[in-house]
Amino acid sequence: MANYEVHEHDVLVIGAGGAGLRAAIEASAQGVNVGLVCKSLLGKAHTVMAEGGVAAALANVDEQDDWKVHFVDTMNGGKGMNNWRMAQLHAQEAPERVRELERWGAVFDRTKEGKILQRAFGGHKYKRLCHVGDRTGLEMIRTLQDQGIHRGFNVYMECAVTKLLKDGDRISGAFGYYREDGRYVLFKAKAIVLATGGVGKAFTVTSNSWEYTADGQALAYDAGADLIDMEFVQFHPTGMVWPPGVRGILVTEGVRGEGGILTNSEKKRFMRDYLPESTKSEFSVDDEESKRWVEAAIAGQKTDAKRPPELSTRDNVARAIYTEVKEGRGSPHGGVFLDISYQDAARVRKKLPSMYHQFKDLADVDITAGPMEVGPTMHYIMGGIRVEADTQQTRVPGLFAAGECSGGMHGANRLGGNSLSDLIVFGRLAGLGAAEYVKGLGNNALAINNDHIEAAIKEMDEPFEIGKQADAKNPYDIQKELNQIMSTYVGIFRNEEDLTTGIAKLKNLKEQVKKAGVKGSKVFNPGWHMCRDLTNMMIASEAIAHSALSRKESRGAHSRLDFTELDPELAKFNTSISKDGDAMKLEKTAKPVMPEELKELFAKKETK
Amino acid sequence: MPEAILKVFRGEKDSGTFETYKVPIEEGMVVLDAIHYIQQNNDPSLAVRWNCKAAKCGSCSAEVNGRPALLCKSRMDKFEPGQEITVQPIKTFPHLKDLVTDVSWNYEVNKKITPFTPAPDANWTFYQEDIERVQEFRKCIECFLCQDVCHVLRDHNRKDAFYGPRFMVRMASLEMHPLDTANRLKSIKEDAGIGMCNITKCCTEVCPEDIHITDNAIIPMKERVVDEFYDPIGKFLKSIFAGK
Ligand code: SF4
Ligand code: SF4
Ligand code: FES
Repeated sequence: MANYEVHEHDVLVIGAGGAGLRAAIEASAQGVNVGLVCKSLLGKAHTVMAEGGVAAALANVDEQDDWKVHFVDTMNGGKGMNNWRMAQLHAQEAPERVRELERWGAVFDRTKEGKILQRAFGGHKYKRLCHVGDRTGLEMIRTLQDQGIHRGFNVYMECAVTKLLKDGDRISGAFGYYREDGRYVLFKAKAIVLATGGVGKAFTVTSNSWEYTADGQALAYDAGADLIDMEFVQFHPTGMVWPPGVRGILVTEGVRGEGGILTNSEKKRFMRDYLPESTKSEFSVDDEESKRWVEAAIAGQKTDAKRPPELSTRDNVARAIYTEVKEGRGSPHGGVFLDISYQDAARVRKKLPSMYHQFKDLADVDITAGPMEVGPTMHYIMGGIRVEADTQQTRVPGLFAAGECSGGMHGANRLGGNSLSDLIVFGRLAGLGAAEYVKGLGNNALAINNDHIEAAIKEMDEPFEIGKQADAKNPYDIQKELNQIMSTYVGIFRNEEDLTTGIAKLKNLKEQVKKAGVKGSKVFNPGWHMCRDLTNMMIASEAIAHSALSRKESRGAHSRLDFTELDPELAKFNTSISKDGDAMKLEKTAKPVMPEELKELFAKKETK
Repeated sequence: MPEAILKVFRGEKDSGTFETYKVPIEEGMVVLDAIHYIQQNNDPSLAVRWNCKAAKCGSCSAEVNGRPALLCKSRMDKFEPGQEITVQPIKTFPHLKDLVTDVSWNYEVNKKITPFTPAPDANWTFYQEDIERVQEFRKCIECFLCQDVCHVLRDHNRKDAFYGPRFMVRMASLEMHPLDTANRLKSIKEDAGIGMCNITKCCTEVCPEDIHITDNAIIPMKERVVDEFYDPIGKFLKSIFAGK
């Protein structure tokens, strides 16, 4: 029998970005014993890349703002697909969570009155994003990290979980390996919080890092939880398009929030043509009004001017850019132009320092002197593990999920800035939920089944066995093929034919994944890690493709060329994917119905 | 297509050699792209840390042609055509494999620093001009390149007595926060060993975030330490004029 390390915790949190760290801090504060596992070093998780800000209705800049407006914006942005209760909790609790970050040492940019400064962002009616220049994610993760290390929980760095273990239908532990030397590890745990982030590495052009391989989604699926609304994949409208090595890297929406202008090769400012009828009244009528709005924003003054059309929701802007490029009005490297250089150079450097450096260092472009080239990049998945809103528990007792790997909060399209707030609101609730669950269990001893451990070990040893065979496949080649399939057939615009082709190709690829093999030792061997990650990405990719095929309408980030209209009936159901033996089962399940008092918030808006 | 010649350190726990690889050059390519090319086409077991590919996470620190640098920020077109590019792990921390080192010591040091301590009745009003300095320090991405290059750690291996520039920056960010009330001066002097820094500024030179580690963090803290422990009258006078 192979050797493995054993650790025991009440709550094991998997993932140490914003959600995981916040969950671990909360569970610890509730007095239970906590372990935190992360695939990278602490403080390197993808949260670090979040730029523009954290959305919270503090009303420091626009005093008309409150949680109800934030709630309505979020539901509208999500095209009504959001779990209403999550959207409500999120809007209500985000301000307190942000203040808490400040009390823990986060240093946000300030208003003239010495309060937290807030900026405009797509889909938000008021200036709502608390920020630190364009490195808000770094500020958040460092704050949580420095808070976390004094809370007495154990951190297992560069450690990946490959299997969740159960006693009957309850969670009882997790099995994994250390990336550093490949040694195996068993965590006995009464509750597990998944906070592993997204699935970006399944796509060719993505803003996501190597860690984003759908681990949480796949682990939960395998353990019996269901994944909802996986068809809703967000393509961020502005990723870098050049040079090739940085293609896909995020260009913050903050550029547009600060007044950045989108134009095509004919120098036409095109966004106004793509505004949906229903939201047109929220935007400026012409460039002159946009200009007044920007000038007021820079001066920190109130204005009756409405915001520029570039601040439409991400799904709209991404489709607009895609269409401009496709119709031949793109920039030299296949994007469009985003320009902030008409503003004072020193101010641009101050408000967007990392964008300034990113373009200067990586693309030789000075954004204070000329436009950037940008294009859509796969950025976020709205769908994910289904959870109960108030506790973040999945349908598997003892299994919780928070942040990007969970689903429901953002519906069909996420608003910028709502991700960082999601992490701290639901990270905390998941930590709380898990701690309560553990306390409720009492002294109930949970068993670990040895056969399950043996199976997990065998799975991890296998790529080395396969690697000795002549027909072994390079895991990176398989990943490339997966990327190709997802980006070609399950991309920004979809139709039945493409999706069916994509699903067939994924099915074939699954056979290849079984042949993925590696050589060398278990010591820090990225090829070996990739073999395991492929399995996770395959599950998520199939879930996305099947869900996309089943939704015969266009809604939010899901655009069907063969069903271009929104079908109001379909907002009543979630797409649910779960494991049925060896097969993937798809169901349409009833979506929770919003109570009347919240519905009224929307009615009021329409009469306005 | 033009080719670059990379010599990459391969091996485990210090025993290893430089292996030579040929990598086709694309426009705008960085050294991390070349490493990934090798990983995907020559040897999937090549170990390297990275996350963001945009100089924001501080994972991909290494030494390129002997210079500590972020691999994702090292442009290939900065080298002469045909010039060999050597890539090796940072030297100051124990080697694990290929380009990966054990940097856990830094995480242990961080735990020893007294955390942010606001007054219980703080009203949380403070102004942009009060935090410019603190925000500069908080840009740190924990790449540990400054730790790598500092001779106190690199050549003299005094990890027992000196926290290194990264944590001078961290302590300065706390000390200069307008609402912090803790006094870390004794610890800065005795535990962190600020006296061991002789202001060579090598750390500042390599910092990818352009943090003025020496001028803005270390020297002001050295002055505070001097005031506190060696010049009580000066400290008294300064406190009258400065407020803190
Ligand atoms: S200035 Fe001080 S901390 Fe920086 S490298 Fe020199 S001795 Fe080290
Ligand atoms: S201070 Fe600069 S060089 Fe040092 S760890 Fe931070 S970012 Fe890196
Ligand atoms: S990969 Fe993040 S700094 Fe280089």
